[in-house]
Formats: sequence, C-alpha cells, structure tokens
Amino acid sequence: MIETDQLTRCYGNLTAVDALSIRVEPGQVLGLLGPNGAGKSTAMRMISGFLVPTSGTARVCGHDILREPLAAKRALGYLPEGAPGYGEMTVREFLHFIQHMRRLHSEADWQRFDQVVQQLQLEEVLDSCIDTLSKGLRRRAGLAQAILHDPPVLMLDEPTDGLDPNQKHAVRQLIDVMARNRTILISTHLLEEVHALCNRVVIIARGRLLADATPAELEQQSRYHGAVSFSAPGSGMAQEMLGRLPQVAAIEVDPLDGRTTVFPKPGQRILGPVQQLLREQGLEVSEIQLESGRLDEVFRQITTAVDGAAPAGPVP
Amino acid sequence: MSPVIAVLRRELRSYFVTPVAYVFLVMFLVLSAILTFFVGDFYERGQADLQPFFAMQPWLYLILVPAVTMRMWAEEANAGTLELLLTLPVTLAQAMAGKFLAAWLFVGLGLALTFPLWITVNYLGPADNGVIVAGYLGSWLMAGSFIAIGACMSALTRSQVVAFILTALACTLFVLIGMPQIVDLFRGPVMGKLVKGVAHLSMLRHFEAISRGVLDVRDLLYFVLTTFGWLLAGVLLLDLKRTR
Repeated sequence: MIETDQLTRCYGNLTAVDALSIRVEPGQVLGLLGPNGAGKSTAMRMISGFLVPTSGTARVCGHDILREPLAAKRALGYLPEGAPGYGEMTVREFLHFIQHMRRLHSEADWQRFDQVVQQLQLEEVLDSCIDTLSKGLRRRAGLAQAILHDPPVLMLDEPTDGLDPNQKHAVRQLIDVMARNRTILISTHLLEEVHALCNRVVIIARGRLLADATPAELEQQSRYHGAVSFSAPGSGMAQEMLGRLPQVAAIEVDPLDGRTTVFPKPGQRILGPVQQLLREQGLEVSEIQLESGRLDEVFRQITTAVDGAAPAGPVP
Repeated sequence: MSPVIAVLRRELRSYFVTPVAYVFLVMFLVLSAILTFFVGDFYERGQADLQPFFAMQPWLYLILVPAVTMRMWAEEANAGTLELLLTLPVTLAQAMAGKFLAAWLFVGLGLALTFPLWITVNYLGPADNGVIVAGYLGSWLMAGSFIAIGACMSALTRSQVVAFILTALACTLFVLIGMPQIVDLFRGPVMGKLVKGVAHLSMLRHFEAISRGVLDVRDLLYFVLTTFGWLLAGVLLLDLKRTR
C-alpha cells in the first residue's frame, strides 16, 4: 500500500508537488498521468525516499518514509526515471550487487534471480556491460533490479519509455501478472498505457491532483463518450435528418475523410436510432463505431484548464 | 553480506575495470621511487631508513588521492545511479563507509606495493623495521584523512573536475598549514598564537612524528578524528542535498 499525506515539495519558488494525497491499495495499478514537468517524478522520488518532502509525508506498507526509511525501502521496488545502472558492470554483476544490498542470499532468492532474468528475457545479455545495452534492454535490467526482492509495492517511473511495441507488450504482461496482490504505481504520459495497464488513474499537473478515477470514468467525461461515428459515402441528406433526432446534440464531419460523428445529448443512447435512420435512408455504411470516449481529449481538457487557458476545443 | 561490504566490493571492482586503477598504481610507484631517489637523496644520506620516502608521501597524495576520490559521489550524481543507491535499504553512512573503505584499501594496496623499497633498505644496511612499520601505518592513516576530504568534496558536486580541484585545494591547505615557513609568516603576539594553534591541525606535523617512529596517541587520534569528521561532513552534505 502506498499513502501520501499532503506530500509537498518546493524548489525555491516553484512548487513541484502541491499537497498531494493519494492512496493506492493492494491489487490496484495506479497510473500517475500528467504532462511533462507535472511533478510525477518528484512525487515518486519522495515516496522512494530519495528526496525529502518540504512538508507532508508518505507511507509504504505503513512505514513512514521519514521515520522508518529502511523498512519503507525494503518493501518497495523502484525503477527510477531513465532506468539508471552502473555502466561498467555486467547485468549479472549489477543484479548480484542489488541482491547483496538487499541481503537476498537464500536458496529461494537465487531461484528468484533466475526467474526474473527469464521473465525479462535477459539471459542473453547477462554478461554484457550495461553501458553497451540498448535503451530497451537497459530498462529491462532496471525493471529486473526493481522486482528482484519480490516487493509488495512496486513503483515504476515511465517503465515502457523507449521500448519497441513487442517489448512494451512483454513489460505490460509482466506488470499484469505482478499486479495481483501488489500495489503498483506507474507514471506515464502514454495514454495507451493507461488503457492497457491501469485500473485507476490520477491526473496531476503543476503538482496538483486534478482527477482520480478509473479509465472508464475518465472516458465518460469525454464528449466522445457514447458518440457514434460512421463512414458512408453521400450521407449529406442523412446528416440533416440525424440532426433532427431528439437524442442528438451535434454532428461533426471530418473534412479529411468525410467521417461523420454524431454526439448524443447527456445520458442518451443513440446507436440504435442512428443505425435505424441510416438503414431507412438506404445508405451503404462501410463502417460504424460506438465510441467509448477519448482519454487524450479528457487529459487535455483537465490539464490545460489548470493553466488558465480555455479547454481544448473539439478534436476533428 | 552487509550493504557496506556490497558497496565496498562494487567500488573496488569499478576501480579495476577502468584504467584509473592501473594508472594510479603505476604513477604512485614510479613517483614514489623518483621522489625518494632523486629528490630525497636516498643514497647520499647514507642511512638505512625510509625517511626520504615517507617525507614525500604527503605531496604525492596531494595529487593522487583527489584522482581516486573525485568520482566517488560526483559520478553517481551525474549518472543518476545515486537515486538507485539511495532508494536501496542502505543508510547514507553505510554507503559512505563502503565507498571510503574501498578507496582506503585501494590506496593501501598502492602503499603495500612499495615493498621493494623496504627490501632494498634492509639489503643496504641494518634498518629499524619498527620505525618503517610506523611510517607505513602513519602514511596509510594520512591517506585515510585525504580520502575523507575527497569523499566530502565529491559529495558536494556532480562534476568530477570540480571535486578534484576542491580536494586538491583542501588537502594542500591541510599540509601547508603546518610548514615552518608558513607559520613564520604570521609572527606577532596575537596572530602568532592563533597560527600556532591552527598549525596543530596540520597533517604534516602529525605524520612526521609517526613516521619517525613516535607513536603518540594524539597523532593517531588526530588522523582518526580528521577522517571521521570529513566523512560525517560528507554524509550531512548528501543528506542536505536531499532536501534542497
């Protein structure tokens, strides 16, 4: 479990993290989402015990990071931003070093070593220097380091940054497997990651918590939630008629590909009526889709509002 | 294995995977020999002892110890591994101890490798081996103090060059402060007393006493306290950086 209690961090006049209070329970994968410079990494660095909060505190598995730092660090597996590692060490030496630092010397710990190496597909590079590894391999070595002691709490700062799609998939599968009974906090700015991994999202910008919801709940805030979009050639006439449907709030046509999007009035379901109308008009619909909502739009709306700027307009 | 030993092993290994270790050892041995034979008048003195060798040690450390210690914390801060190290279940003091001991053992290895000189004096005449052992001990203790200064300076910055220069400056100060020429500069009723007091902080003064075979508790204590003081300052500095 991770709890932060009014966690605050100032750099001079700049407040990087502003009274952040969140609570992540076992079984949850929480995605910490925010634009660059929002304070994601600073918050994680405080929870990990690397930085001292200006005020407030955090607890890892009930251990206060200020009063019981060692117990908190023992319960935590942490992948810092950029997955730093000792460049002159081989992956094997590096992981052994971490094992020694964490006093992992039992037979089970050695089996765990083999298991982690296998899970992260590091067998082939075990004896290569970390300096010579590709970005993706470095990150996997960093991940291995974080999960070697099978921690109840896992905190990963941009775990899939710089990985190719296959590696991303592998890492996400690994996190998925680990998610059971564990508390996982992931920072990311990739919205697809939130979909793939997280069952809860916290959006922060300028150090402040702006939203705390499930991905589905966030999507519901999108104006695209429940909208129906379709492609049908020569649908000009139909568009007018669609606009007259009582459940429809607005209609937009993409000027590039001619795709029509029909937005519902709040709380209305429009897939049925739209389909029926299109059928009655005898239009040949090549493709039709019920939208669940667009996270990127909600993200933009929430994070730009805090800057005092107007929320982003409709996305074509 | 305790975290201190783990850090120590990692540090020692990192010396030897880069050329730094070998460059240091070769430089140390070559310079020791050159200074002893050409500057220290090893033969001309006609005495079977290692005084010329030990007299040159502080000056040698002045250049070589900063080279060993400059990367200690600066490199970790620069490469981002500091975040990794400090989020492992290890205290700052443990990490500092591991790093210090690694550097101290390493310089100790360099010192041990000067053993041919010892054999040479024993071959040339009846040497007082007790004095020589005391000299080696004093030299190693002094190296410890220099390394502690370097550890603190390296914690101050993320630039290895800055760490090197700061360490060399601080060490120079601690060596020069006890030179008679410097003390004499400040004659006078008030300044004179002050300078004489400060001169007791000099590495040179305490080291010379030990290297003559006089093992005074105060001299030993001086090096132990200096070492601990600087290491503690380094730990406090690292801790302070976490809050800024």
